[in-house]
Amino acid sequence: MAVAEQQPLATPPKAAEARVPTVIVDDVHIVYKVYGAGTGKGSATAALSRLLLRRGSPNVRRVHAVRGVSFTAYRGEAIGIIGSNGSGKSTILRAIAGLLPPESGKIYTDGQPSLLGVNAALMNDLTGATNVMLGGLAMGMTQEEVRERYQGIVDFSGINEKGDFISLPMRTYSSGMAARLRFSIAAAKNHDVLMIDEALATGDRAFQRRSEARIRELRKEAGTVFLVSHNNTSIRDTCDRVVWLEKGELLMDGPTDEVIKAYEKHTK
Amino acid sequence: MSTVSETTHNGAVAVGAPPAPTADDGLSPSQLAAKYGLSVSGARPGLAEYTRQLWGRRHFINEFAKARTAAQYTQARLGQLWQVMTPLLNAAVYYLIFGVLIGTRKGVDNFIAFLVTGIFIFTFTQTSVLSGVRAVAGNLGLIRALHFPRASMPIAFTLMQLQQLMMSMFVLVAIVLMTGEVPDASWLLIIPALITQWIFNTGLAMIVARLGSKMTDLAQLMPFILRTWMYTSGVMYSIENLTAHAPHYVRILLDINPAAVYIDLARFALIDSVTSSQLPPHVWISAVAWAVLVGVGGYIYFWKAEEQYGRG
Repeated sequence: MAVAEQQPLATPPKAAEARVPTVIVDDVHIVYKVYGAGTGKGSATAALSRLLLRRGSPNVRRVHAVRGVSFTAYRGEAIGIIGSNGSGKSTILRAIAGLLPPESGKIYTDGQPSLLGVNAALMNDLTGATNVMLGGLAMGMTQEEVRERYQGIVDFSGINEKGDFISLPMRTYSSGMAARLRFSIAAAKNHDVLMIDEALATGDRAFQRRSEARIRELRKEAGTVFLVSHNNTSIRDTCDRVVWLEKGELLMDGPTDEVIKAYEKHTK
Repeated sequence: MSTVSETTHNGAVAVGAPPAPTADDGLSPSQLAAKYGLSVSGARPGLAEYTRQLWGRRHFINEFAKARTAAQYTQARLGQLWQVMTPLLNAAVYYLIFGVLIGTRKGVDNFIAFLVTGIFIFTFTQTSVLSGVRAVAGNLGLIRALHFPRASMPIAFTLMQLQQLMMSMFVLVAIVLMTGEVPDASWLLIIPALITQWIFNTGLAMIVARLGSKMTDLAQLMPFILRTWMYTSGVMYSIENLTAHAPHYVRILLDINPAAVYIDLARFALIDSVTSSQLPPHVWISAVAWAVLVGVGGYIYFWKAEEQYGRG
């Protein structure tokens, strides 16, 4: 297991500057409780006997998604996070964003990290336009800011390219359209620590180009950028350091080329 | 390892690799965090800071409530008409059962106004609690996606109920007028009565929102608790008449019940035949006390678990 110590080529992004940590992840464990996931039939008598015998419900499953991960991210870094599906990548990002409390361990951050995810569920029974407004307000924009940026967000998402879809409820959107709108809302704000969870993969080619350009812009403003992707090319293009997670454990942490090479060998 | 000798990698290489030995080596993560002023991610802010953040999201809360209210009946063909139809139908059903069939109207002047006021006021608390239970548990997607003070959710949902109540109030006033009540200055008392009740409801919604986020069974249980509460709150009968021969403490217990307090106040405001002599003693004080106690207590109780609401 090649961990970071073997890196002789290490260089701070700007040699003159001291390395300033922006995100410190210290031995973090994250456990999900999932209800209704059991294989039992969940009959009433079974539930009653569970209560009487004081046994835990088999319908509650504890999913240990992240197991003891530690790393420190510094200002100016762009860190890719790779690993197979279900390896805990999105989970650790959500924890860094403070959206998912760790079971044990601590995460320290500089300011409020922002997570741009494709899974950011908005309100499906409300129109796209309402979602843009509510999303902006929830992120802490003022009403004026939201009004100013509204058109930009809608144009960026490209939702209205094929007609007036923005005034329809989000439940009528295709998954690609919904993902595009979510990303556009989240990307409308400037961020300190920025985490992008597979947001590059959504949408068509034109939208991908637009979002890549926007991410480069955001990177310039952000202290640290995290990028989750299954696309090794986009990781190579954007990241200088890669963290490899597998089954919730940190398998490798080092320069992009080295880690991706090991990862590709592993997945072949 | 000197950093100067390694700047030849055209700036694109291996930033994340291990550091040159610096003064930071040997610091524990928490010491390092303290040195650079990093804060624990997702930590609960202090109560004052939390309140300030919440105030910053007041437009979000307001718009969320408005949008949800507007979207509420979009799947029904009659649409927003249900905002008025629902309370009307409720009143009709209760009148049929309690006014006509069971006959609790005996001894109550203007029973229709008495009953409808009771139902609408209790429904305000009831729906606030019911939506409060699901306020966190039912919006995990939004809570996990965006960062905002979680108290926004139960507050927005009780605000929705307040907007719904405004609709009901038009119906209520229409019914009360039809039963022969004459508007006078005392009708204005409905405003402080509803404000205190709304604060009480919000506090209660925050309490059940926290409980409901942990105990998912509570959403199933809540309708039964609320129905029991309704039947003991003098919605469809007069507590005064019922307890005429009961021990004094029963009367006091029934009268101190917050739902009964707010119902009494609304009836006192709107119905002429309900006079101040029929009100329990210190009823305004109880109304304000319940609002402050549950409002502030519920807020603090909710804030205490702020960092845990993302966990499903």
